[in-house]
Amino acid sequence: MNIFVCVSQVPDTATRIKPAADGKTIDKTDVNFILNPYDEIAVEQALRVKEAHGGEVTVISVGDDTVLNTIRKAIAMGADKAVHIKTQEEVDGISAARAVAEILKTANPDLVFTGKESVDSNSGQFATFLAALLDINVINVAVKFDLTGSHIRAEREIEGGKEVVETSLPAVVSCQKGLNEPRLPTLKGIMASKTKKPEEVAFSGGASWTAITELVKPPAKPAGKIVGADVSAVTALVDLLHNEAKVI
Amino acid sequence: MSSLLIVAEHRNGKLKKSSFEAISKGASVAKDLGLTAHVLLVGGNEVAGLTAEAANYGVSSILTVTDPKLSAYANRAFATAVSEVAKAKSATVILLSATALGRELGAFVSVKLDASLASDCTELHSAGGNLKVIRPVYTGKALSTVELKQPVKVITLRPNAFPAVSSPSSPSVEAVSVTFSDKDFACKVVDTITASGKLDVAEAEIVVSGGRSLGSAENFKILEDLAAVLGGAVGASRAAVDSGYRSHEDQVGQTGKVISPKLYIACGISGAIQHLAGMSSSKVIVAINKDKEAPIFQIADYGIVADLFEIVPALTEELKKRSH
Ligand SMILES: Cc1cc2nc3c(=O)[nH]c(=O)nc-3n(C[C@H](O)[C@H](O)[C@H](O)COP(=O)(O)OP(=O)(O)OC[C@H]3O[C@@H](n4cnc5c(N)ncnc54)[C@H](O)[C@@H]3O)c2cc1C
Ligand SMILES: Nc1ncnc2c1ncn2[C@@H]1O[C@H](COP(=O)(O)O)[C@@H](O)[C@H]1O
Repeated sequence: MNIFVCVSQVPDTATRIKPAADGKTIDKTDVNFILNPYDEIAVEQALRVKEAHGGEVTVISVGDDTVLNTIRKAIAMGADKAVHIKTQEEVDGISAARAVAEILKTANPDLVFTGKESVDSNSGQFATFLAALLDINVINVAVKFDLTGSHIRAEREIEGGKEVVETSLPAVVSCQKGLNEPRLPTLKGIMASKTKKPEEVAFSGGASWTAITELVKPPAKPAGKIVGADVSAVTALVDLLHNEAKVI
Repeated sequence: MSSLLIVAEHRNGKLKKSSFEAISKGASVAKDLGLTAHVLLVGGNEVAGLTAEAANYGVSSILTVTDPKLSAYANRAFATAVSEVAKAKSATVILLSATALGRELGAFVSVKLDASLASDCTELHSAGGNLKVIRPVYTGKALSTVELKQPVKVITLRPNAFPAVSSPSSPSVEAVSVTFSDKDFACKVVDTITASGKLDVAEAEIVVSGGRSLGSAENFKILEDLAAVLGGAVGASRAAVDSGYRSHEDQVGQTGKVISPKLYIACGISGAIQHLAGMSSSKVIVAINKDKEAPIFQIADYGIVADLFEIVPALTEELKKRSH
């Protein structure tokens, strides 16, 4: 089984985001970057498939040298090897996906796992981009995944329920919380992550089709009202919701 | 002539509310940009019964792609249908809802049509003939204005972020024929599991959420009761989900759902930054927490500093009384 996992790095979820002086990107001073939480789930799923069916897990990440930390985390969890598609520029989702697809075209993957979305861009588009570029199947937002031979039966989350999806290899699968509990890196993995060098590949993803022209903080909310401190506040609250906020 | 195409989504023989929002917005954007607006319905025989409803929000041209094989969702086939119709109608703007289906189709269509994609947008401006798209990033901690550089633009709209304005018309209905290959059906939905009658937190107009302090799954019953009188859904903090009180799909926040309901009632939730990321764009926020220093009060419009086990049932009773 030839398994790939696409990983991206994102600001630690506890970060308070500040726009940078250019007004388009975030101020990265003091920002700690981590492996995107959904990508941990993707790495875990790749490892489980390998453990059950044999094969090899390769991590791929597009970005500057700072993504090496993220790649290391995935190796520490147990991935066999890594490819770093190196670019200094900010690239959008489609151009990153093109660069990954370029590699996958010759690598002939059976399965490619991604996160449901990255918690920085919140696009949730990468898996589908890859599948469309490679002309293979895709299952998005998977919360259950079963592989028998080359047949996949998965469940994906939709509004108010789940869809049971069937398809076959090769496929891209985007992973959602609930699919598994990601393992912690092992000592052996951490040692391996220090010695295993990712293969470095030049970026060939072409032009971005989108650009962020402005990045601002959401407008601050005016200070709220404390309506009360006991049950007697309930009537007042309902009045306010009716007459002032007009939401009920 | 160039056009704007709105892909409408239906489940169980009904159009989704988020599709009415997309159609409404699409109608006004098309007017500003001087484009013809079409609503596209893709599916099996059920589609015929949906056209009248689809015309109620300001767009009078309905296009259909029907095939018995499309009665179950097959992502590649649906993507082929949307792309082929977009080409046939020279669509330069394609709108979908940012639902599980819409987000997936949007990305497919973007690749198939060499089109720029902006997903989960909360603002779309077209006054003066220029498109301006705003979408939250960093899970709501920032707002980005996105330039869509390609001639064709695909935009998915966050449910509840745009109003659905009723404007009935008598629709013209045109069936468009699309040729599918076997590959188009290589990935398909074989079953749908719906939590019976359960409203999704991402689609609900009112969400009542509970945190760790609820203490058990059973105790969420008081939130269920409150949500029921309000016609809303029940959400949860990650601490409540991790404690096993609620399932993953109810989680609100950075690694859960990001939602913009009309009213969000946070009960016994501290307001950690990861939680705020998922709900701070709610229109009105109510917090019930016994700790007056809890960060949730910093973004709440209305707060009650008290025990939720006293306040929530009393609130439910008060609302019941008034609805009579
Ligand atoms: C990578 C990462 C991702 C995360 N993603 C999310 C996410 O998506 N969503 C999310 O919610 N969190 C997320 N978190 C967790 C987040 O940091 C907080 O731990 C979590 O939101 C806390 O949940 P809580 O408010 O229910 O619990 P607590 O923080 O424990 O707060 C409980 C609150 O209840 C109040 N309380 C107690 N008893 C009562 C009572 N009887 N009546 C009234 N009030 C009472 C207390 O005063 C307190 O404020 C994430 C964390 C990490 C590290
Ligand atoms: N630069 C990147 N390099 C590798 N994988 C990525 C990159 N960006 C996004 N991904 C993958 O695509 C998923 C969804 O990202 P997005 O579509 O940006 O929300 C992430 O969880 C990753 O698995």
